[in-house]
Amino acid sequence: MELFNLAIKSIFIENMIFAYFLGMCSYLAVSKKVSTALGLGMAVVFVLTITVPLNWVLTEYVLKEGALAGISSDLATVDLMFLSFIMYIAVIAAMVQLVEMIIEKFSPSLYGSLGIFLPLIAVNCAILGASLFMAERDYSIAEATVYGFSSGIGWLLAIIALAAIREKLKYSDVPDGLKGLGITMLLTGLMGIAFMSFMGIQL
Amino acid sequence: MKLLRDIFDKNKPQFEKGGKFEKLMPLFESFETMAFVPYEVTPAKGGQIKDAVDLKRLMMTVIISMIPCLLFGIWNVGYQHALATGETMTFLEQVGIGALVVLPIVIVSYGAGLTVEFIFAIKKGHALNEGFLVSGMLIPLVMPPDIPLWQVALATVFAVVIGKEVFGGTGMNILNVALTARAFLYFAYPSQISGEVWTYLGDKTPIDGYSGSTTLAIANQASVADSSSVIDALAHSNTAISADFFSFSNLFLGFIPGSIGETSTLMVLIGAAILIITGVGSWKIIVSVFGGAYLTALLFNIIGVNEFMLMPAAYHLVIGGLAFGAVFMATDPVTAAQTEKGKWIYGFLIGILTIIIRVFNPAYPEGIMLAILLMNVFAPLIDFYIVKANKQRRIRRATV
Repeated sequence: MELFNLAIKSIFIENMIFAYFLGMCSYLAVSKKVSTALGLGMAVVFVLTITVPLNWVLTEYVLKEGALAGISSDLATVDLMFLSFIMYIAVIAAMVQLVEMIIEKFSPSLYGSLGIFLPLIAVNCAILGASLFMAERDYSIAEATVYGFSSGIGWLLAIIALAAIREKLKYSDVPDGLKGLGITMLLTGLMGIAFMSFMGIQL
Repeated sequence: MKLLRDIFDKNKPQFEKGGKFEKLMPLFESFETMAFVPYEVTPAKGGQIKDAVDLKRLMMTVIISMIPCLLFGIWNVGYQHALATGETMTFLEQVGIGALVVLPIVIVSYGAGLTVEFIFAIKKGHALNEGFLVSGMLIPLVMPPDIPLWQVALATVFAVVIGKEVFGGTGMNILNVALTARAFLYFAYPSQISGEVWTYLGDKTPIDGYSGSTTLAIANQASVADSSSVIDALAHSNTAISADFFSFSNLFLGFIPGSIGETSTLMVLIGAAILIITGVGSWKIIVSVFGGAYLTALLFNIIGVNEFMLMPAAYHLVIGGLAFGAVFMATDPVTAAQTEKGKWIYGFLIGILTIIIRVFNPAYPEGIMLAILLMNVFAPLIDFYIVKANKQRRIRRATV
């Protein structure tokens, strides 16, 4: 039940996009078509589900204060948390490389349409953000996995909703100055208002 | 009529190309439309159109269906004022006070919205769209009677510009315009649109034992304090006025404080009947919103963790703005799902979300506004997948 609550919370209430505004750049750039958005969203879900637990293991057994005590008692007071940024990024970058190779092998068309944004997942702040939140909130391994997966789902939901709207927007007579990213930013704001419905729910 | 026609005909050249007021053509055209159009009549021979249902007639039907709510709302504002201040008033006096409160809000909403529409029409050089006629009526109906007029104007301008015109005007908006206006006020000026603003008091003080809160607020408090069942809490509120102030029949008929147009479920149902009979509103959406809300409430009755969850499911349908939202906001043909199957899903999810927000979210006593906005956001996605599934089914069926 706790895990279920955590999942609901990270999909809707603490949605990566609408509550924290994380991962905005690929969110705005790759949301022109639903199929592409779905592909990127899936990639984000995949990367998050793998990297958050991996980073949890890393934090727990290497980085945390006292984690290295098993090796030698001299190391019991060593706290490597200052390295967490670099370590997390390294793990994420390695995972993204893996995803990239898999997608290129199995779906060249998706690989082509994702373009530069697939490697950019490595620096997608939603993904680093999830790992940092995980460390900050002291999740257990099960919680970390659920958190990674469900915040990915939240991000996926947000990007395909935006992509569906933008496909519809192609027929709109948007003022010249607002075409493209301008109207998308406004749209994201309006969607944020709608997502406010979940703010304040206690689980 | 002849006189009016002459005036239009005489002045028309000034507005046509090369005339003195060429730029103001949309303004002229819309006044002409209001008075005479369709001026071009299809010839008796060779006309193909059987029934000229155009945007104008569609919008007028919606406005007509809202008139019962508006009239009841005007009277109810006066009636609540009389109850709260303990004065005895005749029916006409109550209507008079109500009109003094409500009509300015209506005028401000139309004035502000139409001004923006005119500016955009002139700037873009197209004819004025009828789209705002409905939004301009909906906005006052979802406002509390105590709302400051400048806020009505501000919210209307915001909703029309950011919610509609930047997307290309009527028919292109993603979120319902009237709800965008209300949500804007709700988050920008929470103190003027929540709490005890539901009764117009003027400069009078309310009588002892009068609480200005709405049904939903009382229900929410009962669930937070976990003291007594919601029905008891309702029965013990406002007993100074009458013993069964919040009885089920009063809730249904709408003799309760609330936003101007939404208190009376009965009047909303009359509006719904007009919309469904004329085919303007989708009965599928209306039925599925009510169905989704009722089933969710029943489910919560079974789980029953707090008092709000235990409230009888039927109460959920008559309190707050659920009925009004389901009939007039969710059915908005622009922002709702377009596919027939999608409408069921869309409506059903609105119903479910409304009850979830009401029961679980202490921050918002009412859920229908945000539930509709949220589903407006997801409606294109629902449509996308329904259309996609349909395409795939047809491809499978096709034999080459």
